[in-house]
Amino acid sequence: MSRLHITTTVNGDAQEFLCEPGTTLLDALRGPLGLTGSKEGCGSGDCGACTVTLDGEMVCACLVLAPEAQGRRIETIEGMAGAEGLHPLQQQFLAHGALQCGFCTPGVLVAAKALLDHNPDPSESEARYWLAGNLCRCTGYDKIIRAVLATAAQLRQERSPA
Amino acid sequence: MNAPTGKLENASSKGYRIIGTRPIRPDGVDKVTGKAIYSPDFVAPGMLHGAILRSPHAHARIRAIDTSAAAALAGVKAVVTGADLPDDATLLERDNTGEALHVARHCLAVDRVLFDGHAVAAVAATTPEVAQAALALIAVDYEVLPAVRTIAEALAPDAPALHPDHTVRGAEPGSLPANIAAVSANSRGDVAAAFAEADVVVEGSYRTAPVHQGYIEPHACVAQWNADGQGQIWASSQGHFMIRSQVGAILGIPLADLRVVPLEIGGGFGGKTRVFLEPVAMILSRRAARPVRLAMTRADVFRSSGPAPGSESRVRMGAKADGTIVAVELDVSLGCGAYPHDESTPALMSATLPYSIPNFAFTGRAVFTNMTTSHAYRAPGAPQGSFPIECTIDQIAERLGMDPLDLRIRNAARPGETGYFGLPHGEVGFLESLEAARAHPHWSAPLAEGAGRGVAAGAWGNYGGPSSAEVSVAEDGTVLVTEGSPDIGGSRASMAMMAGETLGVPYEQVRVVIADTNAIGFSMVTGGSRVTFATGKAVIQAVEHVIEQLRHRAALIWGVETEEVDWRDGAAWCGSGDNAGQSLSLAAIAARANNSGGPISASGTVNAQGYLPGCGVHICDAVTDPETGVTTITRYTAVQDAGTAIHPDYVEGQIQGGAVQGIGWALNEEYVWNAVGQVDNPGFLDYRMPVASDLPMIDAVIVEKPNPAHPFGVKGVGETGIVPPLGAVANAVSRSLGKRMAELPLSPARVHAALTAS
Repeated sequence: MSRLHITTTVNGDAQEFLCEPGTTLLDALRGPLGLTGSKEGCGSGDCGACTVTLDGEMVCACLVLAPEAQGRRIETIEGMAGAEGLHPLQQQFLAHGALQCGFCTPGVLVAAKALLDHNPDPSESEARYWLAGNLCRCTGYDKIIRAVLATAAQLRQERSPA
Repeated sequence: MNAPTGKLENASSKGYRIIGTRPIRPDGVDKVTGKAIYSPDFVAPGMLHGAILRSPHAHARIRAIDTSAAAALAGVKAVVTGADLPDDATLLERDNTGEALHVARHCLAVDRVLFDGHAVAAVAATTPEVAQAALALIAVDYEVLPAVRTIAEALAPDAPALHPDHTVRGAEPGSLPANIAAVSANSRGDVAAAFAEADVVVEGSYRTAPVHQGYIEPHACVAQWNADGQGQIWASSQGHFMIRSQVGAILGIPLADLRVVPLEIGGGFGGKTRVFLEPVAMILSRRAARPVRLAMTRADVFRSSGPAPGSESRVRMGAKADGTIVAVELDVSLGCGAYPHDESTPALMSATLPYSIPNFAFTGRAVFTNMTTSHAYRAPGAPQGSFPIECTIDQIAERLGMDPLDLRIRNAARPGETGYFGLPHGEVGFLESLEAARAHPHWSAPLAEGAGRGVAAGAWGNYGGPSSAEVSVAEDGTVLVTEGSPDIGGSRASMAMMAGETLGVPYEQVRVVIADTNAIGFSMVTGGSRVTFATGKAVIQAVEHVIEQLRHRAALIWGVETEEVDWRDGAAWCGSGDNAGQSLSLAAIAARANNSGGPISASGTVNAQGYLPGCGVHICDAVTDPETGVTTITRYTAVQDAGTAIHPDYVEGQIQGGAVQGIGWALNEEYVWNAVGQVDNPGFLDYRMPVASDLPMIDAVIVEKPNPAHPFGVKGVGETGIVPPLGAVANAVSRSLGKRMAELPLSPARVHAALTAS
């Protein structure tokens, strides 16, 4: 069986790779594209450790077929920090001690960024329900939720005219 | 509290510059940007992809395995079975405790499979797809045998024996039922006389389900075993020296020939303190002459790693009318799965650890069942041992009309009183934790209609043991700490903090590396809540040796005796001669190190003693919907004695994480088997761990009663937090329902059934 040639955009860069029709986007990211920041905790869409965005929509990369990336725009954890430094979410996660082992952290951060892109002023309950698809076994979520809400407040303050 | 200004004394009030502050962890940026390399991320040049064939049967005899078709498949480079690991006699010769034998047989079955998911063969191939195709070509001829799924089934008179030749230490052969793996007992005083004098006696039976640690990173490794006998393993674990010792014992490799490189670990909670894949990857690599990766799927993790044992227990407790507990009888059975694993001693030891109990009779046992071998999970055995005790204390409080915290205060163990093994308690902080809980606004807050408020305590003994560290000073005066304890939740930060505090330099001037087994001396696993205590002591010891060298170098520069040089505030101070009152900074001494004797470095090694238990008290508000059986936790407070909190964020994080794992244990998590003993819920959809929307904030309150055996007073905080939640949640639900709930998890179906049965 011949492999498929996929052309896509990952974190703003044009990329291409070969894959089987049944290869997942997660395996393509972690394999040929060399982006191991997205993690596989379950392979069934239950843990959220592989959360990325596809044309701006939050998805579990383990539930997307790699050929579906053709012509689409993918953002992963590796694209969150720029040359100017960490994203405010990343800074707040560090400042709040919102990670312990750090394995779920990439997926949580991508999901939290999608939340704040979507809703700049989430309530605690909204943040908890938005992140309900991201399992964290270390923190009990307390510091994660605090870090997300602190980032939301910081970004609102930065956006509002002084 | 979680705000940086919380209730803790700030660092300066204790005279510390760094201890008690909340700096950013040195490995943080790598972990929030996706750069950190965990086990499944590692790639070796020329690496093959391994795969494991697992038994679909809970118990079966292996009549034959035909691997010829798999071996003939293009791209397959090696196929192995249990016959490729050493035989029983060899393994017992290499390790007469039997551990190497049992670990090896768990990794790859010989003759019989003992659980659903038991590995029977493995392949290494050029791609994962070829490896999977090869597995499908392996023919295993099984003779299915009857299986025992639960403790009750395993102890039934006609139960099939998992290990007919197993002998139990301390018991006459043949004197025990077939599937007893180990026994434990301890007693004190005159229990019968004490019960006769008790004003109230409460008894009951309790049950907890087997639960999984639920780390999000599945097990994975890459192994390379060269023809000259030397090997390397790249893997995450709670102890790369543990991987070296277990693999070395199983495969007969001299330890210096086996270099294990620690990768970042994505959670362990005790479950990564033994090997499952590494010996198999090694023999595949030896045969294929290439590095081999083996990795578990999530289903593999549930079916074949080392979850916590389920328990069945009976308790009887007597108290005087004033609430003084006078006697306790406790019997705990723990289901250890396929191969021996005994947590009955820590279960019994922890059950009443925080209390002063004058008369007790405790018995426990581990019981073989046809499931994957159980293994350590955060305070192993303690939640199962403590749960029946804390539920019983709650009932005594109800019977006596006493406040359950006041009842616990009356019975709290004080320093100097006799502990479980007859030795006096050290500086335990249980009383202080109980008083902090009673003073917390949560305890006096009004309770919502229909809600129940439960409280429970718990403790874990903590540990010390062997650790190694090295500290070296770079040419510019920055400092490198090298140690061997995998950082599972911020320990690089706490090591840098303790080193910086001791040396008198800023936190950011110290960097910490976790070195491989060939680069640093032995350290025991990251477990037992031991790393900040024991490895911390090794680091501090090494820093103290470095300070001695720095004083000596400064003395040489000044031409005075070393005794005339003081070290304070990160600099040497001259006490005599022409330079009296002058100072030399660490950087100034470092810059001249090669003119004063060469590079500056020192090592520290400890077998740390003087560890003290951590005690905790949790308060839980819960509302149970009687129509659906669904329980919602509406408020949760967790108080715990840390000794000293080095980095309060990560201490709170340990308390919060432990509490939420315990809430999951109490409310939803359990292994479910089908009629033939296959795991029916080997995934995160059906094995329901807590998610963010299930929970309130977890208010972590740190109590600090320092440990005199640690330079900064550390006790260890990792495990205690999982002990109280089982009782706290069950007591809250029981009080909300007005009905005692004694079987975990309190899942909607189980609660609903209990309510409709009444």
